[in-house]
Amino acid sequence: MNRFAELLDRLAYEPGRNNKLRLITAYFRETPDPDRGYALAALTGALSFKHAKPALVRGLIAARADPVLFALSYDYVGDLSETVALMWPSALMREHDGKPPPPTLTDVVTTLRTLGKAELPAQLARWLDELDEIGRWALLKLVTGAMRIGVSARLAKTAAAALGDKDTHDVELIWPGLAPPYLDLFAWLEGRAEKPVNRIPAPFRPVMLAHAIEDADFARLDASDFTAEWKWDGIRVQAVGGCDEHGNDASRLYSRTGEDITSGFPDLLPSLRLQESSEVTLDDSRKPLRTFRHQAFAIDGELLVVREGRVQSFNVLQQRLNRKTVTPRLMKEFPIHLRAYDLLDDGDNDLRELPFDDRRRRLVDFIAALDDPRIDLSPQVPFATWGELAAARADPAAAGTDADAVEGIMLKRRDAPYLPGRPKGLWWKWKRDPHVIDAVLMYAQRGHGKRSSYYSDYTFGVWTEADGNEQLVPVGKAYFGFTDEELLRIDRFVRRNTTESFGPVRHVVHEPDRGLVLEVAFEGLQRSARHRSGVAMRFPRISRLRWDKPPREADRLETLERMLASAAAARSA
Amino acid sequence: MPAMRPQDILMPVAAGLCCKPGGFHIDPVRPVDRAVITHGHSDHARPGHGAVLATQETLDIMRLRYGDGFAGATQAISYGEEIRLGGVSIKFHPAGHVLGSAQVAVTHGGVRIVASGDYKDVRDPTCTPFEVVPCDVFITEATFGLPVFRHGDAACEVDKLLASVALFPDRAHLVGAYSLGKAQRVIALIREAGYGTPIYLHGAMAKVTQYYQSRGIALGELRPARGMKKADLAGTVTLAPPTAIADLWTRRFPDPVTAFASGWMRLRARARQRGVELPLVISDHADWDGLTRTIAATGAGEIWVTHGQEDALVHWCTTQGLVARPLALVGYGDEDSEEDDAAALGEEGGS
Repeated sequence: MNRFAELLDRLAYEPGRNNKLRLITAYFRETPDPDRGYALAALTGALSFKHAKPALVRGLIAARADPVLFALSYDYVGDLSETVALMWPSALMREHDGKPPPPTLTDVVTTLRTLGKAELPAQLARWLDELDEIGRWALLKLVTGAMRIGVSARLAKTAAAALGDKDTHDVELIWPGLAPPYLDLFAWLEGRAEKPVNRIPAPFRPVMLAHAIEDADFARLDASDFTAEWKWDGIRVQAVGGCDEHGNDASRLYSRTGEDITSGFPDLLPSLRLQESSEVTLDDSRKPLRTFRHQAFAIDGELLVVREGRVQSFNVLQQRLNRKTVTPRLMKEFPIHLRAYDLLDDGDNDLRELPFDDRRRRLVDFIAALDDPRIDLSPQVPFATWGELAAARADPAAAGTDADAVEGIMLKRRDAPYLPGRPKGLWWKWKRDPHVIDAVLMYAQRGHGKRSSYYSDYTFGVWTEADGNEQLVPVGKAYFGFTDEELLRIDRFVRRNTTESFGPVRHVVHEPDRGLVLEVAFEGLQRSARHRSGVAMRFPRISRLRWDKPPREADRLETLERMLASAAAARSA
Repeated sequence: MPAMRPQDILMPVAAGLCCKPGGFHIDPVRPVDRAVITHGHSDHARPGHGAVLATQETLDIMRLRYGDGFAGATQAISYGEEIRLGGVSIKFHPAGHVLGSAQVAVTHGGVRIVASGDYKDVRDPTCTPFEVVPCDVFITEATFGLPVFRHGDAACEVDKLLASVALFPDRAHLVGAYSLGKAQRVIALIREAGYGTPIYLHGAMAKVTQYYQSRGIALGELRPARGMKKADLAGTVTLAPPTAIADLWTRRFPDPVTAFASGWMRLRARARQRGVELPLVISDHADWDGLTRTIAATGAGEIWVTHGQEDALVHWCTTQGLVARPLALVGYGDEDSEEDDAAALGEEGGS
């Protein structure tokens, strides 16, 4: 466990992707099976045990530390695992005094798998006694399922691939068929065994990603080489149909990273069970036998919530995300929908080598034959020149009732094959311009994680007239958008200009001539009964600090009202 | 005569901690007639006082920073030496914080108050070890006054640094450290670990480091980083003020590994926020265990807590049956003050 903890610790501080890779690969090289396999599982999120709830960890420390000191420490550190790891009373006994050696990662993972809920607290406490600060921190991150160390599953797989000088793509292709502690994978990577075969009947195909397009790029691109589609504000998924060797359905829904999210969307599953029928003539004179087979296919598309024929906002979709199971009520209230934009496999052929135009034609036919209300085709946006496309992007009313769910435009080269990763020049995303207003900082709170002990959560407001007075009314909260350096300056401003504190919230001076103006960018506005201002912003972030601007010159609520009205007008037009 | 109340001897005022019967202030933040100064960090030692009483080292460090006219008059006092001011006895004791740092014991009418300034109760090869002074009232700092701050053994942190130097012979190692005290302590610890090759210094640290050497503290061969060829700095260790390690200045080093020696490095957020890749938990302030251990050892029944995390330490004192209160003193140990300190020395030294 300590070697794994050391790795996590180094990774947490290492900003460079290549150095992270080197650290992980070195760990795989030095660490024996099965520890390294469980480490790979931990880094890729493939470990399955019931995670300890933060309340359990709080309970453990409550039995060992003064509650006031714990509360003050937690408020200061901002991270439960780290606070507990640092505060845990360290047993002074060392190995030679009869202290048991610290657990290995394998001990921890295998024990957690079978441990009863009632035994968990005592076991966790024993391990915490045996580990040092860093070991305790890593253990708590692991058991609470909140690693967040800036390593993606793909990066971990790349590091594993590097161990055997293999391509990440090769590891990703066989990945769905592998399971921790990946003995067969490491044996192959180290040249001791053949490449493991992916026996998953409905495998994930690594996805193709787009680059953000800049104004300057258009000059180099020919509009006739490209097709355009609306960019939907949902989540990217891959729906794969297929059956196992016994003929049972094995359809799967994968996230863009290849995570199996099928269990969260049982309402979509029936739509993925495509059956082909065929007749088998028996040699006697009986009637021919009709057999069914689950058809294989792979659709690349967007997962959305559609109510009464209308795509709902991302906020609504979020109710369905990150759930292992769903209730019938959730499925009824948030009906799930797949909007298809690519076909990677039609059951007979891998289509990824074909040009996009060909795949699109097959997709159109495929979706038509499917004839399922839960799966539809992402429409293309007709255009002849970049100017026409810009106009369509500025006003996506052509997307009809779903215009609100349009996040921008996707551009795809007509002749592009489907390539994993983010190849240059083939797919582009062209997001809508964000809205921007100037608002005044009103309240600040300390952040969590990296931002703990800094005032990094800001509530901001705009001017409005109330009871004959000019007043600031809060319109949103933002946690990011600023650089680390700007954070330091805002933090200092908050500390020096606090007028009152309410628990963790600092009331920051906001008068017409004293205060800080924040330029806030956001993606959209909605009416909201929950906010005093009556509006809610989508995805607000600080785009600039206006130290130069006096608060009295910040925007007014009327400006937001106008934005809402014009958005409504665009919808009804 | 009833016993003197402690608050009649020392009380916090806007200028700092004031001793009315003795007619002086301890570490005043505004110019006063008579100042008693615990140590040379700029938040405690400010210029412009009429007369200054401090250790010789503290006076020398003030002169280095502010020039000859930093005070109207000065008087040096040694550890263990006692002088009287207006019926009040003042005695200096080592605080173990930086070279010349002192605790000030003020005794009047049978009551002894110890103002400890900044202190640490762990080993430091560059200054006289901290001494526990029995007293009635102990005034303590609380920079690291939360039980999450446990600094561990500084020698292990230096081992971590040297292991990294061995692992990356093609990269330069830049160690951010406060210019006064921390930098010299880190160098001394590196030498104790057996590292004998020259260590490089940012220009801002040259003067104060030379002063340490002139006081007989062995730091081995030190060279200015300025003027070195980039390639020649591969595999070397350079110390620089905290502000410099995130600066354009670092571009003269080959693929630098950024380290930072500070008690704040105990918190991941602090290290990551600064872009530190190699956090070294080395502090010149007492950690939580040091603070609580020292408070108990003084035997004081009443504890006054100054700058830092007062709430937690005051709470702990009350759970131990001690009378404790925060002293609302402003102007000390604001998390950035020691960095401002480095910047001030940096201007003199250039880079």
